[in-house]
Amino acid sequence: MLKEVPTRQAGSVDALKIIQKHRGWVSDEALDDLSAVLGLSRADLESVATFYSLIFRKPVGRHVILVCDSVSCWIMGCLPRSVGEEQVMDRLQRKLGIQPGETTEDGVFTLLPTVCLGHCEQAPVMMLDGEIIGNLTDEKIDQILAEKRES
Amino acid sequence: MEFVLTKNIVKGNLPTWIDAYEANGGYSALRRAIGMSPDEIIQVVMDSELKGRGGAGFPTGMKWKVMTPLAESARPRYLCCNFDEMEPGTFKDRFLVEGDPHQFIEAIAIAAHACQVDIAYVFIRDEYRRSQEILQRAIAEAESRGYVGKGFECRLHASAGRYMAGEETGLINALEGKPARPRSKPPYPGTSGAWGKPTVVNNVETLSCVPHIIERGADWFKSLGKAKDSGTKIYGASGRVKQPGAWELPMGSTMRELIWDHAGGMQDGYEFRAALPGGASTHFIDVSQLDIPLDFESMKEIHQFLGTGMAIVLDDKTCPVAMCRNMEMFFARESCGWCTPCREGLPWIEGLLEDIEQGRGQAGDVDLLLDQAKFIGPHTYCALALGAVTPLISAIEKFRDDFDAHISEKRCPYEG
Repeated sequence: MLKEVPTRQAGSVDALKIIQKHRGWVSDEALDDLSAVLGLSRADLESVATFYSLIFRKPVGRHVILVCDSVSCWIMGCLPRSVGEEQVMDRLQRKLGIQPGETTEDGVFTLLPTVCLGHCEQAPVMMLDGEIIGNLTDEKIDQILAEKRES
Repeated sequence: MEFVLTKNIVKGNLPTWIDAYEANGGYSALRRAIGMSPDEIIQVVMDSELKGRGGAGFPTGMKWKVMTPLAESARPRYLCCNFDEMEPGTFKDRFLVEGDPHQFIEAIAIAAHACQVDIAYVFIRDEYRRSQEILQRAIAEAESRGYVGKGFECRLHASAGRYMAGEETGLINALEGKPARPRSKPPYPGTSGAWGKPTVVNNVETLSCVPHIIERGADWFKSLGKAKDSGTKIYGASGRVKQPGAWELPMGSTMRELIWDHAGGMQDGYEFRAALPGGASTHFIDVSQLDIPLDFESMKEIHQFLGTGMAIVLDDKTCPVAMCRNMEMFFARESCGWCTPCREGLPWIEGLLEDIEQGRGQAGDVDLLLDQAKFIGPHTYCALALGAVTPLISAIEKFRDDFDAHISEKRCPYEG
């Protein structure tokens, strides 16, 4: 990987992603190790690791759910809006028993809000383990959670 | 009308691979371009009056012209293709690349020749996994036939989230493995960009126009536009319309055409109130503006922006105050924190909007909001803050009654 980048620093995002791919998240120890491998200061690496929203500096569950909460999905019902209407984020919170930013006790799911996923024609949209799932309905959400819990 | 950018995009959006692309005349523009000098190509692109489709509308030929002084000391030279599509409501570049990846790669090869770059980076957002897979295969196909790899290298760089990575200089910082913060300009990237070397940053849709300009000429390209700007444009719509999507239309098409001819009109039970014409960072187009041509020049005349051309529709059941609050949450979260007015001001604006939306607003709050919004916009390095306050200022101007009603009624009139 490092052969393809002009400087070691340029490889930092890819390197963090490799760590995350194998361990699920980037721990302090992993950051120390990477700092030694790349010859970059711990502070430089930390500033990159904490800047980018898809690098996780806390443990996450086996499945990470990113719920788009930007404007097109919001109009189509991704966030709590009006009284008596359950929206995508409410349903996920209720079904999983967690708040956005948390992981279920069994370590299966992490629920995170995210910015526009660029699939607004299918709003409301979420991303689960890298896969886009659009045109979300209550039934679709329930079915996906059940499938993932079993796998 | 004639389809230019989408002529190879089949329904269902399955990618057109290299054999089908070549069979339909693909890569002949590159062969023609190779026979031309870089100056000749840049002149044609300048004559075509192609403007940046990322939203800013800067003339592409002028950006390329800055790259013309060729100093051996200033190598390698870089092309960064901006595929970090994160503007809310915007999915046109994904639509183009996933349907016709080779049109984009041919464009990269022509731009690489014209700007004499050594390395072309496709800077793509991490969440576009399918686009990444399609591009990997398409780049390999193009390499195997010698279109890519001779004279320049093409590399795919997947980012890791954050809207700011799509800002021109933020993108360069992100590529260098740093937080995506903007750089002070000058120096412009054409003189000192990635790793201090000459760098040109172009949007995917902008580049995709180039092979057609080379093949058929600047005058033909100019004739495609219906109003003041040249070419065709990928427009789109999302929100409570019957058929949300993206369509290629002549540049200068109107909101009326977008919503009623292409998006199938509004869903049953919803009325059109207004729309942001090009992502969140634009002013609202209201009912009285439905026939204004959506191009860079026409929008400039009414002191508005075209942005990405991907419309976000506000219906009559959606609260404009709450919609603004949602957008300010986006911008506050995505601010990189570099400039104080943006870092501190946007969360403050979001908070005040939340107060107003939840019935805690006080007399004078709307004017205060407007004052702050107008102050923040011009006092930052990049255009994120300006983009953030644009829909808000526009909403206050166009839906002032809605803001005032929240304060006088101490509740959101759209709820319950």
